[in-house]
Amino acid sequence: MEQPPVLEARGITKRFPGVVANDHIDFTLKKGQIHCMLGENGAGKTTLMNIIYGLYQPDAGEIRVNGQPATIHSANDAIGLGIGMVHQHFMLIPELTVTENIILGNEVTVGPFLNRKKAAAQIRELSDRFGLQVDPLARVGDLPVGSRQRVEIVKALFRKADILILDEPTAVLTPQEAEDLFEVMHSLVEQGVSIVFITHKLKEVLAVADEITVLRDGHVAGVVQPKEATEASLASLMVGREVLLRVKKEASEPGDPVLSVRDLRVMDDRDHLVVDGVSLEVRSGEILGVAGVQGNGQTELVEALTGLRPVLGGQAFIDGHETTLATPRQVTELGVAHIPEDREQDGLVKSFPIVDNLLLNVYYQLTYARRMVIDDAQAANYARDVIEKFDVRTPSIYATAGTLSGGNKQKMIVAREFSRPIKLLIAAQPTRGLDVGSIEFIHQQLVAIRAHGVAVLLASAELDEIMSLSDRIAVMFRGQIIDTLPAAGASREQLGLLMAGVHAQAA
Amino acid sequence: MEEKSPEVSSSAEPQPSVARRISWGEIGPRLVPVLAVLTAVLFGGLFMVFSGTDWAGARAAFASDGLGGFVRELGPGIGKAGVAYAAMVEGATGLGYIDPSSVRAQTTVVVLLRLGERAIVFLPGNLVATVVRSTPFVLAGLAVAVGFKAGLFNIGAEGQLYAGALLAVWIGFVPALADLPGILHIPLAVAGGILGGAIWGAIAGFLKARTGAHEVINTIMLNHIAIRLADWLIKSRTPIILLDTTASVPRTPFIAASAEYPRLGDTPLHFGILISLGAVALVWWFLYRTTLGFELRTVGANPNAAKYAGMSVTRNLVLAMAVSGGLAGLAGAGEVLGVQHNLPPGFFAGVGFDSIAIALLAKTNPIAMIPAAFLWGGLLNGAGLMQIRADISIDLVKIIQALIVMFVAADQIVRVIWRIRARRQEEEVIFSRGWGR
Repeated sequence: MEQPPVLEARGITKRFPGVVANDHIDFTLKKGQIHCMLGENGAGKTTLMNIIYGLYQPDAGEIRVNGQPATIHSANDAIGLGIGMVHQHFMLIPELTVTENIILGNEVTVGPFLNRKKAAAQIRELSDRFGLQVDPLARVGDLPVGSRQRVEIVKALFRKADILILDEPTAVLTPQEAEDLFEVMHSLVEQGVSIVFITHKLKEVLAVADEITVLRDGHVAGVVQPKEATEASLASLMVGREVLLRVKKEASEPGDPVLSVRDLRVMDDRDHLVVDGVSLEVRSGEILGVAGVQGNGQTELVEALTGLRPVLGGQAFIDGHETTLATPRQVTELGVAHIPEDREQDGLVKSFPIVDNLLLNVYYQLTYARRMVIDDAQAANYARDVIEKFDVRTPSIYATAGTLSGGNKQKMIVAREFSRPIKLLIAAQPTRGLDVGSIEFIHQQLVAIRAHGVAVLLASAELDEIMSLSDRIAVMFRGQIIDTLPAAGASREQLGLLMAGVHAQAA
Repeated sequence: MEEKSPEVSSSAEPQPSVARRISWGEIGPRLVPVLAVLTAVLFGGLFMVFSGTDWAGARAAFASDGLGGFVRELGPGIGKAGVAYAAMVEGATGLGYIDPSSVRAQTTVVVLLRLGERAIVFLPGNLVATVVRSTPFVLAGLAVAVGFKAGLFNIGAEGQLYAGALLAVWIGFVPALADLPGILHIPLAVAGGILGGAIWGAIAGFLKARTGAHEVINTIMLNHIAIRLADWLIKSRTPIILLDTTASVPRTPFIAASAEYPRLGDTPLHFGILISLGAVALVWWFLYRTTLGFELRTVGANPNAAKYAGMSVTRNLVLAMAVSGGLAGLAGAGEVLGVQHNLPPGFFAGVGFDSIAIALLAKTNPIAMIPAAFLWGGLLNGAGLMQIRADISIDLVKIIQALIVMFVAADQIVRVIWRIRARRQEEEVIFSRGWGR
């Protein structure tokens, strides 16, 4: 007789006001399997997992664990059934040690006292068994993101979870950390744990999945075997139409330099020198990709170039004007567009209507009475034109920006920045956290303005993005550009090594 | 934070009666200030019922007649609460249900509907008094609201009122200007009031912009300085600065007639009321139509995005505090030029602090400042009659006011009581976001 699946969901339906987040979803997780749950933002992945983890109650449907019908009313019920979840945003207390975090709510005690030593030993044993390198005595706040995630996994295992739900675990990891995570997942599976792996990254799915469930708009769009799937087939299942994964672009015809940077030095907020003598040049009609693991000075470089961060030394020129000490307004008026790294924090005002967000850079131009009064009619027309041209999906230009989806927020920012005459675009992580459809759109826009002769500086932690869009690639490591190479000949391995600080000649 | 209890999440689900629930979900959040007032009034009523009940009698009635007897004994208390609120409404708006012949001879009474011995009447004098009382609250409430819009918590309206009033009263009485025609003298005194408040406000803005010193602390301390400075300027005898030595109580000299706001006939209605209404329109226009207002609101809603868009955050902080202080100064000038015609020490006695409550009550919306200020003025004005008719302490009004502010500013309380779902993030009005930044 065949063993029942460890986790089975039948006909799960969940409605929220105005949307059906899950519409009769069936889902089966077999023992010892890595099952990928693939879908765009808003497809219903997280809702389904929150139902399985007891955070939501389904409106209809049934969940079975090891063949037995299960009623899961809270996370505690889920844990009792052996289900553990690692959330996208970690639920750890930074001030406490790894051991303290893990035993929270499940304390190992001697009488009324905590037995930290015994708990630490148990945690060490668990982490050794599964190849999770975690120091039980480290303070969580001191750990890098990848380690914190391992702490979350150990925490679930410590509560005897044999079904592990990982919600977009790689979103916060570097490529190397992601590789480490995949190894951990394999070793977990070998020892009988079953894993639900939620993601929207196609490469990862094909690399680790034993089976793939694709969700789209709250429905199951398909259940596929990785052997029979390609990135393209998965993407079209996810989006519901053919998707261009690799942007088509003409050969670049670079013109004159638009941005030149010489020996730039910049400090971060804690007064550490994080941009340490960067020199680069971007010419019109070319895309210079700045690759690098997050935190190697790309953020501060972009902020310095756009006038948001003071420059310690060196020089920057935009279109022949020195902009080393320029204000953001001066930089903007030289024809520079900026897609900021943190779009929620810097790129928009969530409480403002879309029309006001579109005005952020031009509000003092669509005016009368000596630039004192904003011309409402003109502004509204401008906003309507722009959102139509850039396909920002919103019921009205007066809806607040906070109501837009992530992809539409970014489209709105792109629409604002590209609707002025520009010579240089500085784009930082332009597709971070976006769904496949929006990524495709943003990439097309970048290539399109390049064809119009705009110079593009693209800083991104996504190697695929850098490789598919750039004409030349500069790799940043510890505040310096350690090499610049033509994109045509560059390989993933070569770039990966450079990102880790290993120079080709030296190696 | 993901640990939602099942009860909460299930009550958030659409039920079969979808239409009703959704409409409540949409209208509810807009009604929060109204519900806050209503809730506060209900609590105040309960308080009056308790204070108006003979508890010894109630205990005895409970012992003899059970629950029915107990409820009967609550009757007088409920009656008292009814009388009190009726008196409150009458004192505030002039609408009352009384015997018209009981009114003093010189008071104007309009009988709307005669019902036997008593009648529904309208006493215009009460309404006029409330309007006059509400006038400074409109302006000072606008002042605090402008601060909020720029992400600043301006506690300093009180001090800015004094700063404005001092300059306005001086321009009003100084002999050198006494011969000016009103058409020049009034605008000059008004300009002085605005300038005095604007400077006092801008000091806090400048300190914040330059050094990062928190405006809450600065404005509180500037209040103390302004209040005591006014006291000293008015009371000082060596040297005599603003004191009117001919007066029996410490106060400044009366302003020249040419500096007084014109009045409507022999009523207390004065030109300042029109100024307040004009200021509402002007502030709305400034905030939502001008480039300066756009910058100010952007800085308040998201300083990072403002910087990214090339706006000067520091300049806008100073500007916002100057505009805010100017409005408060205008309110101070209005009370001097329109009502009192001189300035005694301690004159404002909390108008500036009340204006924080009014700005919160209006959710920082300039137009909503009018009803909010009217409600506040009405509560204050109705309190006297309530005290006489129902023998209820005037402190109760203060309690109700405090409850209103509590329910509006900490509106989670009202949301729980009335089952209104938490607003979505983007609808949030920015209060006190300056804290901890």
